Amino acid sequence: MISAFVESAGLTAPGLSGWAAAAPVLRGDAPYLRADLPPYAPELLPPNERRRASQAVRLAFAAAEDAMRGSSLAPADLASVFATSEADTAILHRLCTALAREPRVLSPIDFHNSVHNGAAGYWSIATRCRQPYSAISAYDATFAAGLLEAAALVQADAAGSLLVCYDLVPPAPLYRTRPLAEACAIALVLTRERGARALARLDITQTEAAESALEDPGLERLRRGNPAGRALPLMRALACAATASVTVAGVGTQRFTLGVTPC
Amino acid sequence: MTPLGITHYTATSALGRGRDAHLAALRNETSGLRADAFETCSVPCWVGEVGALAPLPAALSRWDCRNNRLAWLGLQQDGFLEAVAALRARHGAGRIGVFIGTSTAGVHSTELAYREIQSPDTPLPQWFEYEASQNCFSPAEFVRRALALEGVAIAIATACSSSAKVFASAARAMRAGLCDAAVVGGVDSLCLTTLYGFHGLQLLSPDICRPADAQRNGISIGEAAGFVILEPGAPAALALLGYGESSDAHHMSSPHPQGEGAASAMRAALERAGLEPGGVDYINLHGTATPANDAAEDAAVHGMFGDRVPCSSTKGWTGHTLGAAAIVEAAIALLCVEHGVLPRSLNTRQRDPALRAAILLEQRSARVDRVLSNSFGFGGSNCSLLLGRPA
Repeated sequence: MISAFVESAGLTAPGLSGWAAAAPVLRGDAPYLRADLPPYAPELLPPNERRRASQAVRLAFAAAEDAMRGSSLAPADLASVFATSEADTAILHRLCTALAREPRVLSPIDFHNSVHNGAAGYWSIATRCRQPYSAISAYDATFAAGLLEAAALVQADAAGSLLVCYDLVPPAPLYRTRPLAEACAIALVLTRERGARALARLDITQTEAAESALEDPGLERLRRGNPAGRALPLMRALACAATASVTVAGVGTQRFTLGVTPC
Repeated sequence: MTPLGITHYTATSALGRGRDAHLAALRNETSGLRADAFETCSVPCWVGEVGALAPLPAALSRWDCRNNRLAWLGLQQDGFLEAVAALRARHGAGRIGVFIGTSTAGVHSTELAYREIQSPDTPLPQWFEYEASQNCFSPAEFVRRALALEGVAIAIATACSSSAKVFASAARAMRAGLCDAAVVGGVDSLCLTTLYGFHGLQLLSPDICRPADAQRNGISIGEAAGFVILEPGAPAALALLGYGESSDAHHMSSPHPQGEGAASAMRAALERAGLEPGGVDYINLHGTATPANDAAEDAAVHGMFGDRVPCSSTKGWTGHTLGAAAIVEAAIALLCVEHGVLPRSLNTRQRDPALRAAILLEQRSARVDRVLSNSFGFGGSNCSLLLGRPA
């Protein structure tokens, strides 16, 4: 079993604009009303970088900045895990389109932003964080894989870690082969010791139970429509602030039970 | 940390298939780089290409792409498949994790698919399997399936440090009890995105790459697959002794000029291994042969080791294999330990007088117990590994 404390949470998805606004919706105290996500301007990036920021960077920063608002820890003190199945499919589309034409000229900015660790790199620069970061993928199990990586970091190497899990809606030709219906990003700050502002203790164990789903059809569509959406049952349990247990799917046949005990 | 036993390893790169081919090339001082064009690439450069790649076996054919073909070729060398079968028998398929570093995954398939469409409104061709090629997790999922493993699995993609960070991730996962043994590795394959992309950033040399040379002007790109079995508690002559990770927090595509992030990763690896700088016998440098990388890394290495520890980059042999660079260099480090060979900085004609570390300009034979291997990536992601004989 791996245990960690959840210090704070962040969330952004169509109709769920920030943790504070999303929590009542996840609890069922307010209806889920889908609304397009307005473009996010990352607060921590300097103005010139903010203007040029890619879609993936904007999405990841929206959730990460949201989680940091609820945290007593400074971002520069946190190791981080940026978990995304696809990183920036808009950039991939532009690069592959450019390579299919003559003359083949790639935008240098697109190329260096195309790396899977683009958002992680910008986060470390923006927060002047020299703690290690990782950038990972596990296709539809990306949230579970990211959570395990962030929790193992806290258990083995770091006092605190930031998990950011995010994916965009791919552009037209890629969408048919990777139909992610909605953009979604979540973030969690995990700590080894219980912090003053801790939301809950999280106990992760392997299980053979079935993956947890959500009752609300709109939220369930979001859960199924994006690898980061797979975090929503956990986010709902955190919002309810009651003892709960949810199951997320890992790679292959793996399943993990996330036991949530409010602090 | 307690040294993590390495019970098997293999590498396939432009130097050849498996450990013997790599050792022979290191001893004969022959580079795998050629002034050949990859596919339809018209950028003048040298590449480290791994010859013809056979299609995948029928049961795995959905995963067919250049990157997974290279992974499959790599898995078939040095009895690696048999070693994993024995590992599976010892631990059970569900207790063995798979940790794979990559930067390209199968993007070359996406490049080819885009050539077949006229506009974004037309569907990509039927043969294109996004999940099995383009997706970053594709090489990890392919390796997991090819090895019939059911444990935790992850792809790490932090550019050129990817297949160093798999060691750190696996060590943590084993310590946290997520798995009892691990297959770690890296797979990266030639594609147009990296060739034209690095060319656009003026980081691709039209010449063969010349690490630490006064006239160095960029990288040569290669491709490779490499795999290592980590098995804690197993009797092993080789081990992961330490790892260190850090972030530059400086710039997306250029290193911190004084190599502060690099120094921090090396220091963390030494601390975790409980070693002083004098305990390192050889340093395998990241040594990409760009002016900025080699200068920044030299500042960090000289600052910590002075000119006492021999070091070299082996990118003049293999080219920069990006997401697979660290695993190939880990395999080279293990060969250095097993066979007492210290590779020179190949293609270095005139050493840059501004560099102060003990860069090897001549091959050397010596007993080697511990090697520090550096990997630093775009986005300022640094990882150093300490590999060698457990005390």
